Amino acid sequence: MIKTVTKVALPVDEVLAIRKNRIEPEGMDKKLKKKCKRISIVTGTHGDELEGQFVVYELQRRIRENPDLLKGIVDIYPAMNPLGIDSITRGIPAFDLDMNRLFPGNIEGDMTEYLAAGIIDDVKGSDAVVDIHASNIYLTEIPQIRINELHQKELVPMAEQCNVDFIWVHSNATVLESTFAYSLNSIGTPTLVVEMGVGMRITKEYGNQLVDGLLCLMKHLGIWEGEVISPRKPMISTDWTDVSYLNASTGGLFVQTAKHGRMLKQGEVVGEIIDPLEGKVLDTVKAPTDGLLFTIREYPIVDEGSLLGRLLAKEVAEK
Amino acid sequence: MKEVTIYKIKGLYRDDFRIKGYEFGKGKKALCIVGAMRGNEVQQLYVCSQLVKKFRQLEEEGRIENGKKILIIPCVNPYSFNTQKRFWCTDNTDINRMYPGYNLGETTQRIADAVFRVVSEYPIGIQFASYYMPGEFLPHIQMMDTGIDYVDLAKQFGMPYVVRRRVRPYDTTTLNYNWQIWDTKAFSFYTTTTTTIDPSSAGQALLSILSFLAKQDIVKYHGPGGVASRVISDTELVSVQTAKSGIFEKMVEVGRNVRAGTPLANIIDPYVGTILETLYAPCDCTVFFMHSDPLTYANTAVFKLVPAE
Ligand SMILES: [Zn+2]
Repeated sequence: MIKTVTKVALPVDEVLAIRKNRIEPEGMDKKLKKKCKRISIVTGTHGDELEGQFVVYELQRRIRENPDLLKGIVDIYPAMNPLGIDSITRGIPAFDLDMNRLFPGNIEGDMTEYLAAGIIDDVKGSDAVVDIHASNIYLTEIPQIRINELHQKELVPMAEQCNVDFIWVHSNATVLESTFAYSLNSIGTPTLVVEMGVGMRITKEYGNQLVDGLLCLMKHLGIWEGEVISPRKPMISTDWTDVSYLNASTGGLFVQTAKHGRMLKQGEVVGEIIDPLEGKVLDTVKAPTDGLLFTIREYPIVDEGSLLGRLLAKEVAEK
Repeated sequence: MKEVTIYKIKGLYRDDFRIKGYEFGKGKKALCIVGAMRGNEVQQLYVCSQLVKKFRQLEEEGRIENGKKILIIPCVNPYSFNTQKRFWCTDNTDINRMYPGYNLGETTQRIADAVFRVVSEYPIGIQFASYYMPGEFLPHIQMMDTGIDYVDLAKQFGMPYVVRRRVRPYDTTTLNYNWQIWDTKAFSFYTTTTTTIDPSSAGQALLSILSFLAKQDIVKYHGPGGVASRVISDTELVSVQTAKSGIFEKMVEVGRNVRAGTPLANIIDPYVGTILETLYAPCDCTVFFMHSDPLTYANTAVFKLVPAE
C-alpha cells in the first residue's frame, strides 16, 4: 500500500512527496497488526547513491513470491530525496544541503527540516531500520555496516544478521549527531547504516547479498518465516587504528591495479597516479601495511589528498 | 604589504591552486581576516580587497602600530570562483565544514588544516561569512555561543547588532567555531549581500573594522566610532515563514523599521498571478534578514525580524 509520508508544494506546479510502500501480512486482523514487528528499509537520502534502489525492489519481489511467510510489517522508503535522485545531486538541490545533516528536522523549520521531521515521525518506533547508502561517486565499498560506538551494544548483534562483509564501529563526532541514524538511535529506534558499492551504479551482486541479509534480520525479528541463508561472519573493527587511509600524494589520474576486497601485503601496488599530459607516472601507490582493501577509488581524477583506498588491518580482517 | 602564499597544490590541468595572504605591519600577530571560502562569496571577496587596499595605505602612512601584524586572506577557494561552483570542484565538499582540518586527510581537510595553522595563531579573527539561504542581511557581527564570552569586544565594532548564535552540531566543523575553541576571539561579519556586490555595506564593514582596530591600538585611525551595539540571541529573532511556494514579491527592504501588521511580501501563483498569501510583520520590528530569490519554497523563513526594544 503506497502512502505519502510527508509532502510540500514546490513553487511551480509540482508537489514534492516522500512516499513509502507498506507491506503487511495478508488477512491479519487489526489487533495482531498493532502487535507485530515492523522493519523499515530506507534509502535515497543522497541522490547520487542508487544501490539501495535495487535492494528495495528485490526484497519486495522475494516477499511477494511467498506473501504467506510474512508475519510483520515491512515499510519501504525508496526515495528520501526525490529531487536529488532526479537531478543526480547528492544533497538537496537548491539548498546545497546534505540531507543527512538535517535530522531530526523540525516541523516548524524550513522545507528540508520539515520533510526530515515528517520522515522521522513516520519511521520512529520501527523494531529495526536499515538505511542503505552507496558510498559516493568516488569510492567503491564492500558491503558494510557502520555503527556509532554509542549504540554498538544493541546494533552489532543486529548487524551480524545482515550478511555484510564488514562492521565498522566508529567513534562519535558531534557533526554526526544530525544524521538520520543518530537521530533514530538516540530515541530508541535501532537503525543500521549500510554502505556498499559505488554512487550512480547498481552492483547486483551486492544487492542480492544484502537482500539475503535483510531476510535473515527479518527472520531474527520474527517478521519473516521463510527459509533464509546463514549470514556470513563479518569482520568487525572497533578501533580506529585498524583502518589505514591511502590519500593521493599529488593530483593526477588514478589507475587501479589491486583488486577491491582482496588482502594485500605491505608494499603491494594498489595503483598508480599518472599524468596523461606528459605520459609519466607521478606516484606508485602501495599498501602501507598488510590489510584488506575494503575501499577503492573508482573515480579516476584525483587532487592532492583525495582518498584512494582504505585497508583493514590483516589481524582484524582474519580474526 | 607583503604577499604570502599560505597553501599551494598542483593542478593536473589547471594552474596551481594557491591561497594568498597579505600581511601588514611587523611583529606580534594581532588580527587575521578571512574572506571568501565558497566560490559564490563575491561580496566577501570584495570587502577583503577593499580592506587590503586600505591597510596598504595605512601601512604606507605609518598608521599601523609598531609591533602589530595583520593578515588578510581574501579568498580560501579561488578554484571554485573560477568555475562558478560554490564548493570544492572535484568533490563538492565545503571547506567551511572541514575545520580544524587534517594535514593527512582529503583535499579540503588539507586546505582547512593549512589555513587553520596560520590563522589560529592570531588572537583576534574576523571572517566574512555567508548564510546558507539566499538573502540579504542587515550588516552585523555574529558570534557562536560556545560558552567563551567576549561580547564586550564584539561591541567595539560599533555595529548596530551583535548576534549570539546557538551552536548546532554542524557548526562544530566551521572556522569560526574552531577559532573560538582554539583561543582566538572570533567574529563572523555579515554584510548585506553574498553573490552581488554591495559597496555601501562593504564600506560600513571597513569603517567598523578600522574603528575596532583603533580601539585595540592596532591602527591609528580617527573616524566615526560607530554606535552602541544591541546584543541579541538568534533565538530572539522572529521568523516569518511562507506557507505557500511561489513567486516572492517583497514589499519592504532590509533595515526598515516596520509596525506590527505591515505587509512584508506577497507570495504569488506563478501561473495565474493570484496572491496566494501575504506575509505580515507580527510585531513592531526591524527587518534583519530577507529572502532574495524570485521564487520561494513553502515553509521558508523568508524574513527574520528584530523585535523593537
Ligand atoms: Zn550516502
